[in-house]
Amino acid sequence: MRPGQAGLAAFWPAHSVLPNTMLLTASDLQAIGLTLKVATLTTVILALIGVPLAWWLARTRSWLKAPLTVLVALPIVLPPSVLGFYLLVAMGPNGPVGQWTQALGIGLLPFSFSGLVVASVFYSLPFMVQPVHNAMEAMGTRPMEVAASLRASPFDTFFSVVLPLCRPGLVTGAIMSFAHTVGEFGVVLMVGGNIPGVTRVVSVQIYDHVEAMEYGDAHRLAAVMLGFSFVCLLALHLYNNRHRRATP
Amino acid sequence: MNHESASGLLLRARLDRGGFSLQVDVHLPATGITALLGPSGSGKTTCLRVLAGLEPQATGTVRVLGEVWQDSALGVFHPVHRRPVGYVFQEASLFDHLNVQDNIRYGFQRTPAAQRRHGWDHALELLGIAHLLQRRPSELSGGERQRVAIARALATSPRLLLMDEPLAALDTARKAEILPWLEQLHERLDIPVVYVTHSADEVARLADHLVMLEQGRVLAQGPVAELLTRLDLPLAHGDSAAALIDAITCGVQSDSGLCELRFDGGTLLLPQTRSTPLPERTPVRVRIQARDVSLSLVQPEQTSVLNILPATVADLADDGPGQVLVGLQLGGTRLLSRISRLSCERLGIAPDRRVYVQIKGVAMVR
Repeated sequence: MRPGQAGLAAFWPAHSVLPNTMLLTASDLQAIGLTLKVATLTTVILALIGVPLAWWLARTRSWLKAPLTVLVALPIVLPPSVLGFYLLVAMGPNGPVGQWTQALGIGLLPFSFSGLVVASVFYSLPFMVQPVHNAMEAMGTRPMEVAASLRASPFDTFFSVVLPLCRPGLVTGAIMSFAHTVGEFGVVLMVGGNIPGVTRVVSVQIYDHVEAMEYGDAHRLAAVMLGFSFVCLLALHLYNNRHRRATP
Repeated sequence: MNHESASGLLLRARLDRGGFSLQVDVHLPATGITALLGPSGSGKTTCLRVLAGLEPQATGTVRVLGEVWQDSALGVFHPVHRRPVGYVFQEASLFDHLNVQDNIRYGFQRTPAAQRRHGWDHALELLGIAHLLQRRPSELSGGERQRVAIARALATSPRLLLMDEPLAALDTARKAEILPWLEQLHERLDIPVVYVTHSADEVARLADHLVMLEQGRVLAQGPVAELLTRLDLPLAHGDSAAALIDAITCGVQSDSGLCELRFDGGTLLLPQTRSTPLPERTPVRVRIQARDVSLSLVQPEQTSVLNILPATVADLADDGPGQVLVGLQLGGTRLLSRISRLSCERLGIAPDRRVYVQIKGVAMVR
């Protein structure tokens, strides 16, 4: 045995390296429930604002298209701490959003469940908007012209032709937004903190376990996350494959 | 025919778009098929799109069967979905997320009940697609897809049917498959059809009326038989120059087995090509190519050519090196003949000269 390995072994207690068969703790389950709640709400909100935004981006000839497209993409490249920091400042007591929420009687959003959802929406926005936007651009204008020649109003066309034809993009957007929200960590820490049952999501719970040297607990929860993410992406992959085969 | 009458179609439009300008004033009859013919980029499709309302930037007037759909001077512009128009695009453009039946019902369901003149399934038999209703668009051949697209457009009970090169995306075999259905439409539809094409062959088979476009301007418009044989227009020149004759069948000669066709200017005999002879008095259209018509000053005898008719020379035009096109009048019918300049000079062919035309080939196109 080399010296380095002995040191590492001392730092890394052997008895807690491997997960044992114990069930998840109550606080783990609480974190999982909270995570699913945040991700579901975020995905629903993103569908409501991301799809119209993608539609606008796909159709507009405004000069705002380029800057807005970039703005939507920023959360992909920005460190979550930067995004979280700005959201914290904006939603704080002296921030523009904070003053507005206070005036409306909602109070302050940071370190609350609502604040966490708002932050998640910004954080996952590109994962909804980009696939939907791409699907809408790929569709082109012809299906809409056909629908108009068949007496469909623009509003009717959006729901009866555009959304069904862009379904693969919508499914990709929804799954990616959900999975990405489940996997967020940095933004949660900045905006939500670590309040059990309110903002302590799975990724933060794992962090807590590791901090407390509870490697067994960390392992079990990490394995759950790994399995979940794998299943999500696998499902998406299979769906896209099937869809590509169905429409040559 | 009075094209100015309110019952026809009027398209007076202007559109400028980066390097392309369209400026047309077209009057079309209220019945039959009008072909818009011209090379690529001549503005055929743009004209169709202006009629449908798909080019909102275009200014001018669109009046269809007495209804004003657009009048820019008065600020009138009916959006596409408020115009009772059926539009068949070059690629069938069926909705991939719907099966054939739901594609056809899509427009029918959105047509106000008061405007429906027949059920959604009215055109199924007309286009031979009743057996395809449950298929997905991806399971159809190119020809079937285009027929479904036509049925879908007709299911909205349009007052005007617009077709943008519906055969262009199909190979020769598929074209041959779909053309008979289009001819059926011509016989059975009671609404005007505007048909964009760059194929003189489709014009000969389908069109009654013709608008020739070039670089966004109207070169000529009028009845198709008249425009095809006008020596000042490009259609009468080149290898495919031909005349169209609308005739009626007068039965089959029992001794020769030849079919007799009567037209304004004489009688034509042609071999029976169909397995079942056409009933008497069926209107047919035949095409006679300029290169199949030769001229003689005396009535030729002892010749194998069946169709020899007296005619009067109307006009002449040069047609390439050493060739002359001769326009001929047979009663109310015009015919073209391409002969060498040498023959023309030897025979002294000139306007008003009486000649005999020998027709070596007659093709029934409709």
